[in-house]
Amino acid sequence: MSKVLVFSEVSKDKIKPVTLEILGKLQGQEVEVAVIGDLGDDQVKVLGEYGAKQVHKLKGSNLDKYSPEGYTNALKGFIQSGGYDYVFAGATALGKDMVPRLATAFEAGLASDVVNFLFEGDSFKGTRPLFAGKCLAKVEIQGPKPHFITIRPNALGMPETPAGGSAQASEAAVDAGNIRAIVKEIVASASEKVDLTEANIIISGGRAMKNSENFKILHECAEVIGATVGASRAAVDSGYASPDMQVGQTGKTVSPSLYIACGISGAIQHLAGMRTSKVIVAINTDPDAPIFTKADYGIVGDLFQIVPILTEEFKKILG
Amino acid sequence: MNIFVCVKQVPDTETKVQPSADGTFIETSSIKWIMNPYDEFAVEQALLVKADNPGATVTVVRVGGVKDTEALRTALAMGADDAILVEAEDNLDSYSIAKALKGAIEKSGKQPDVIFAGKQGIDDDCLQVPQVLAQMMDLPSVSVIVGYEKSGDKLSVKREVEGGALEVYEVSTPCVLATNKGINTPRYASLPGIMKAKRKPMQQLSLADVGVSADDRRVKYSDFQLPPEKPAGKKFDATDEAKQHEVVAEVVKLLREEAKVI
Repeated sequence: MSKVLVFSEVSKDKIKPVTLEILGKLQGQEVEVAVIGDLGDDQVKVLGEYGAKQVHKLKGSNLDKYSPEGYTNALKGFIQSGGYDYVFAGATALGKDMVPRLATAFEAGLASDVVNFLFEGDSFKGTRPLFAGKCLAKVEIQGPKPHFITIRPNALGMPETPAGGSAQASEAAVDAGNIRAIVKEIVASASEKVDLTEANIIISGGRAMKNSENFKILHECAEVIGATVGASRAAVDSGYASPDMQVGQTGKTVSPSLYIACGISGAIQHLAGMRTSKVIVAINTDPDAPIFTKADYGIVGDLFQIVPILTEEFKKILG
Repeated sequence: MNIFVCVKQVPDTETKVQPSADGTFIETSSIKWIMNPYDEFAVEQALLVKADNPGATVTVVRVGGVKDTEALRTALAMGADDAILVEAEDNLDSYSIAKALKGAIEKSGKQPDVIFAGKQGIDDDCLQVPQVLAQMMDLPSVSVIVGYEKSGDKLSVKREVEGGALEVYEVSTPCVLATNKGINTPRYASLPGIMKAKRKPMQQLSLADVGVSADDRRVKYSDFQLPPEKPAGKKFDATDEAKQHEVVAEVVKLLREEAKVI
């Protein structure tokens, strides 16, 4: 059995769902969770139910806001004292930024954006996509411990039934050290939508959207089904959508439960970024568009006619 | 002012990836190599900073295979001053690459003021090297940046996080900054630029020269394979306007009852 620490990011007083995905997959190991700052009893209880034995709340000055150096220094000190074999975190924006620094602070290796794993004895064996998912490879970590792993959100899936334990909560004092890159301000995005990489449903538009105003019909549909709106590279490069909306090899790699591609032909680099979506719906006027080879449900037709009907039908069943 | 840019050379985005016969990497014999797209933003940002700082120099550094030097030649043609190439296999892990970059930057004898890199290589998609390099060199880092401004003797940079929200950082130099799409529009290399690039200095080093050995590898890959193909889906013809409502209602019903995602 390995001693494992799961670092959980806390956002609006809640742990990120990917933490529970990780805990579910770690059943059978000795698992503790660390958060920076405070965490309510209800969240501690949930972590316990999903298998955490201990929840450490790390507290110190200059940690109210994220900074790569502050979080790295704080966690480094805590991890050193804990004797962990493995440290897991979600491959969220924060995880992707911070964990490489943290692993390097131990001169240790990091397997990033892992989509599945198991332990053979005490050895971690992971699988991760490369080339934006055009291929997969087995990944192992060597060199000094602890070994670090970040897990892609939505990839492992939620455990069907929580193991059903309870966690002890405790506090530990940590030192953020010297911080030379400081967050001065956070500018919220115009929409309060879930990020593409964490979204459960995505509706994306391609070059066929013709202009940025036409994305309105996608936003209307997204509103009804709780989706985040994405775009192809062609749509972004034509100025119809902002770069943070881009799905594909030079944008975001996503794996929602449902991906609806509207007017996207399906260039290799786009398919690479969304092919791991559980269910794919494609709407395109060209019956031979490559996107249809990846679609579970393909609709050959004009998106400007189909999408509003789709919105209407979703409204009917979702009330 | 000494500006460094770390670039990677990666297969073109249109490449159909095939695992190599032994499964330890991909088949690279017939690949068209390009500069990693996110690194183009790093090179462009370095050139913009150089333009604002008379006397500044831009040095591009790359660790990787030497069959092709497209990435460095492109950076030089865009306007970088000199290049350092550390010869290594194309599937080196992030830790080794970062250590080699650190070694090469130190060996140049120039104290870096800003080190730019693309936020991620679109080959192994690790998003590690800029942050690992910063930690190894004990420098601050900001990744996924979409905005860069001077702010007194510091820099103000915008980092994109979930949902398009921005964290605005104040960061002291020297530092490592990892660029995202949206920060600028990379220039094309001009014909005179391409001609000039041929005469610009490119220093070639070995991994041993920059203090990296096989023991520095932290992440090991095996068993490269293509993802499983999905079975063919259902396709509906909704080109006839009279049938559109019926078809869409059917798909929505399938999404709810068969796929259970709505």
